[in-house]
Amino acid sequence: MRVTVCIGSSCHLKGSRQVVQRLQSLIAENKLQDKVELAGTFCMGNCQHGVNVNIDEKNYSVSPETVDQFFKDNILSAVK
Amino acid sequence: MAMDMTRRFDTQVQLLKYKVLKEVARLAFNDELGENLLDIPKTIIPGTTPTTRCCVYKERAIIGERVKMAMGGDHKNPNVVEVLPIACDECPVGGYEVTDACRGCIAHRCEHACKRGAIYFDHHQKAHIDKSKCIECGMCAQNCPYSAIHNFKRPCENACKVHAISMNEDKSARIDNSKCTSCGACVYQCPFGAITDKSFILNVIDILKRSDNGRNYKSYAIVAPSISSQFSYATLGQVVSGLKKLGFHNVVEAALGADMVALDETRELMERGFLTSSCCPAFVTFVNKFYPELSKFVSSNPSPMVAIAKYIKSNDPGAKVVFIGPCTAKKMEFQLPKAHPYVDSVLTFEELQALFDSRDFDLCTLGDDVLDNASYYGRIFARSGGLSDAITEAVKELGAEGFEFKPEVCDGIDACKMALLKKSKNIPMGNFIEGMACDGGCIGGAGCLTHGAKNKAEVDKYGRLAYEKKITEAVSMLK
Ligand code: SF4
Ligand code: FES
Repeated sequence: MRVTVCIGSSCHLKGSRQVVQRLQSLIAENKLQDKVELAGTFCMGNCQHGVNVNIDEKNYSVSPETVDQFFKDNILSAVK
Repeated sequence: MAMDMTRRFDTQVQLLKYKVLKEVARLAFNDELGENLLDIPKTIIPGTTPTTRCCVYKERAIIGERVKMAMGGDHKNPNVVEVLPIACDECPVGGYEVTDACRGCIAHRCEHACKRGAIYFDHHQKAHIDKSKCIECGMCAQNCPYSAIHNFKRPCENACKVHAISMNEDKSARIDNSKCTSCGACVYQCPFGAITDKSFILNVIDILKRSDNGRNYKSYAIVAPSISSQFSYATLGQVVSGLKKLGFHNVVEAALGADMVALDETRELMERGFLTSSCCPAFVTFVNKFYPELSKFVSSNPSPMVAIAKYIKSNDPGAKVVFIGPCTAKKMEFQLPKAHPYVDSVLTFEELQALFDSRDFDLCTLGDDVLDNASYYGRIFARSGGLSDAITEAVKELGAEGFEFKPEVCDGIDACKMALLKKSKNIPMGNFIEGMACDGGCIGGAGCLTHGAKNKAEVDKYGRLAYEKKITEAVSMLK
């Protein structure tokens, strides 16, 4: 599974670093390193809804507050 | 155009170059360049009264040459900096000469100051210089109480610290490509605009058009941090909006590439013990051409421009990347094999201004977009000393406090020369040479719209506005 986090300026200011860092540690805690590939990209053209995260082309709006729930619902459940 | 254009540039030469670029860009955007090419000189120099040269026909002929440069210049000449011989005013080249201000005094300080015995006097006690003895040291001039001795040196030759400029038989200036570092100092200093940098503005327009608003591929503008001291009539956010309006899908800070470089360069320095920087292409060229034995010390890191472009292309392989900065040497760098796969074209701030105006964008009326990718440290690369500050910080962030970092901050090519000379002679010195070809660093670059004392403060201010305070945090997003 490829998870792409937007690191464009607008999403960055809304906390994409915190989202990336949290996802990195959640992936490590759950030992999913070889199942989930984390990537970054610049502006996805959907700045109003940042932080934008794509999982295999599908777009989600995530924030540092909702990242744990997002991980549970969309990553953990999908790979387990 | 509500605003007085002359205030956007330092000189009228820049303004003239800008007018040509703008006209070429306007026609190219409208797909009308082919049929209207030959009319451009007359559009820019209308009427019959000459203002800068002997007649309007010469003025137009020179504009014709500028049009060629705006369209990429002479393809047979690999140098991105070229002389336009018909624009060269063949300035005097006599060196030190005694002027009419000599009062024929009786002290004769000039004679005593001259160690070569080159000064002699006529029967009115007026001084003369025997050019067969003179070594152009300038001691006589320094000692004349009337400042009557003047150095008649060409501004281009004066500007060129690597002595790449000499004179042709016909007295026009000539650039020795085997010495030139493409720093652009002569471009900025020639009062007649007879030396100029090739433009890739048509490439960029082509990239923007063929992307078809991102449908075919995305185009990225990488902007150098010195932009913070430019376009002062608008906000940076408005400049970013303007770039997107031109058709760039994405605007990214080169300073994020600088953050990457700062960390990698620090690691490399700790491993190797001595290094010179590699961010400034004119400095790297200078080392390679004049101190080849020191080339092995040049950091193996890519420049910030290449580092960030590489990252962009690794995530978006079809992307087109355009670097926009203050630098003529970047136009040379992006054509090198180590940069070419990642950077598709290079523009200067001068050229960006022309692009905006060719589309009649009034930046001041645009909304404020955001630009925030890099840390404070990546952003201050734009000024001399910034890279060294970043490495000092990186040493801390990497937890290597035991490592003693001793930078030699070289502001301008003369300072670089001194440091390299010391190194080549094994004279004890620091363990890192930060080499920047332009005075003050990139804020002094030849492609800046304006140059001023406050620019350094602007860069530092912009640095402090960065969301990320640490280098490691700024790069933690990159994979
Ligand atoms: S100091 Fe900066 S602007 Fe000047 S040549 Fe070097 S990289 Fe280019
Ligand atoms: S910056 Fe993330 S969508 Fe625009």
